[in-house]
Amino acid sequence: MEWTELTALELGAAIKKGELSVREAVQGALDRIAARNSAMNAFVTVTSERALERAEQLQAGVKDADSPLYGVPMAVKDNICTRGVPTTCASKILDGFVPPYSACVVDKLASAGAVCLGKLNMDEFAMGSTSETSFYGPVKNPWDLTRAPGGSSGGAAAAVAAGLGWYAIGSDTGGSVRQPAAHCGVTGLKPTYGVVSRYGLIAYASSLDQIGPLCRDAADCAAVLDVIRGKDPRDGTSLDGQYGNLISGLTGDVRGLNIGLPVDCYGDGLNGEVKAAVLAVADALKSRGAEVVEVSFPVMEYVVPTYYIIAAAEASSNLARFDGVKYGWRAQEYEGLRDLYCKTRTQGFGPEVKRRILLGTFVLSSGYYDAYYRKALQVKAVIKEAFDKAFQWCDLLLTPVAPTTAPRLGESLSDPLQMYLGDVYTVSANLAGLPGLSMPCGFDSKGLPIGAQLIGPHFGEGQLLNAAHVFQMDTDWHKRVPKGGGPA
Amino acid sequence: MDVTPELVEHIVDLSRLELGPEEVRGIAAELERVLGYMDVLNRLDTEGVEPMSHVFPVKNVLREDVVVPFPFQDWVGLLAGAPETDGETFLAPKTVE
Repeated sequence: MEWTELTALELGAAIKKGELSVREAVQGALDRIAARNSAMNAFVTVTSERALERAEQLQAGVKDADSPLYGVPMAVKDNICTRGVPTTCASKILDGFVPPYSACVVDKLASAGAVCLGKLNMDEFAMGSTSETSFYGPVKNPWDLTRAPGGSSGGAAAAVAAGLGWYAIGSDTGGSVRQPAAHCGVTGLKPTYGVVSRYGLIAYASSLDQIGPLCRDAADCAAVLDVIRGKDPRDGTSLDGQYGNLISGLTGDVRGLNIGLPVDCYGDGLNGEVKAAVLAVADALKSRGAEVVEVSFPVMEYVVPTYYIIAAAEASSNLARFDGVKYGWRAQEYEGLRDLYCKTRTQGFGPEVKRRILLGTFVLSSGYYDAYYRKALQVKAVIKEAFDKAFQWCDLLLTPVAPTTAPRLGESLSDPLQMYLGDVYTVSANLAGLPGLSMPCGFDSKGLPIGAQLIGPHFGEGQLLNAAHVFQMDTDWHKRVPKGGGPA
Repeated sequence: MDVTPELVEHIVDLSRLELGPEEVRGIAAELERVLGYMDVLNRLDTEGVEPMSHVFPVKNVLREDVVVPFPFQDWVGLLAGAPETDGETFLAPKTVE
């Protein structure tokens, strides 16, 4: 086994023991990026020199380090601000933008001894489910380079799967951590809304956005979340997670845990191979002493429209700040201020971003606000209530992450509505602010990874991670490594 | 609902975007299809349901009103990211003659 195939915690332990230096770890990842990234396009920016310098600085502190992730190289989605390193949101309108400050998560990880290798490709402004809407070109799935890695954190999922870094930080507004994790065969966690500060995350839909880790396994996710969570005065919606250290909560014991199977999630539209693999997770946990109950979740048909109305509304408002005046790119030719705004935005945003800005402006506009936006906020309350009822019968819910495995490149872009419908299993956790975890649970007949999702009640991260950890003790799906992008 | 080119042009204008006539027709058709799908929400009776903007009952998060100095290098960094400045402020075309 190569160093690049270790988990982040295993690598951190090896560095601590002196089995390899931080520099060797960083160089190993950079070599891998050099060999494989051009085929996958997972990185927008690789910060080789900074990473090597940082490795030298960190080496002296290895003996005294108390973080299990000290010295471990990682990468950050390109919608999270990194001081002195370009942060583009994969959009032309932010091409060349270098933030003068770092996001809260970036500072916290730096304090824990992380080495950042660079910035990861994504759907433009995190709007998309395939990582194809990037201004810098589509990301390719390392399991099959003719397929999409999922999105919007597609670069993050592809990079971790292919060993171009030991973990990554992504963002999840409607499934953007969990769905690419599923399509690339890695483990991803969207924490409870507010558990991780959004300070420095470029906003898409503020009431739904949450930062989360993409890792090789659940234990790594626990370790990363232990570092990045916590209330931050710079994000008024942030909260202290009501739980202790997550790594020490991985007891390996799920006896008596009640797992709910929402029957409404296993009906029409779900691929048969995906369904079988996800249900096998229930059987595996049952054999470890968990109990499985069927529960009702009768609001499935409402989750996607509710999500897209709210997300588009907030996006249209959040993206008003990109006007060619304060940061980023400005159109070359214009007549007056208004024309400057229009030309900059028209030429600077891609088609999917414009589509969502227009939809959002429409649902907020006079005459339509009540019928669409207000209605969606009411349905959101109903969806939250449906979760509350389900959690009266179980501790967590087991569902698919996506109805199918990774789609072919280009297949989803031609039909936006069809792409939106693919988010049916993930968006509800964002609407209700719940934690959701995606983990590999098998492969389909085409050799593509399948993901299972666990959703918990607010602050239920510990239970989700422990259940996933138990599943990963008994299976090796998460240990499979794709060969895509490597030398032939 | 019926999405007319006039409605799309109004929304485009509010969004500070520009679309050609063909794009307007394309967006009108797309929007009609997406909104048609969203009408499924009307099957759910939400009479009397309070709209929920935030899932946690966190309201009016207040902090002490104290001045936090903004470091000079950050100020320089902020301006460095702008398309046009005079070294002290952002520059944009005049709005009022």
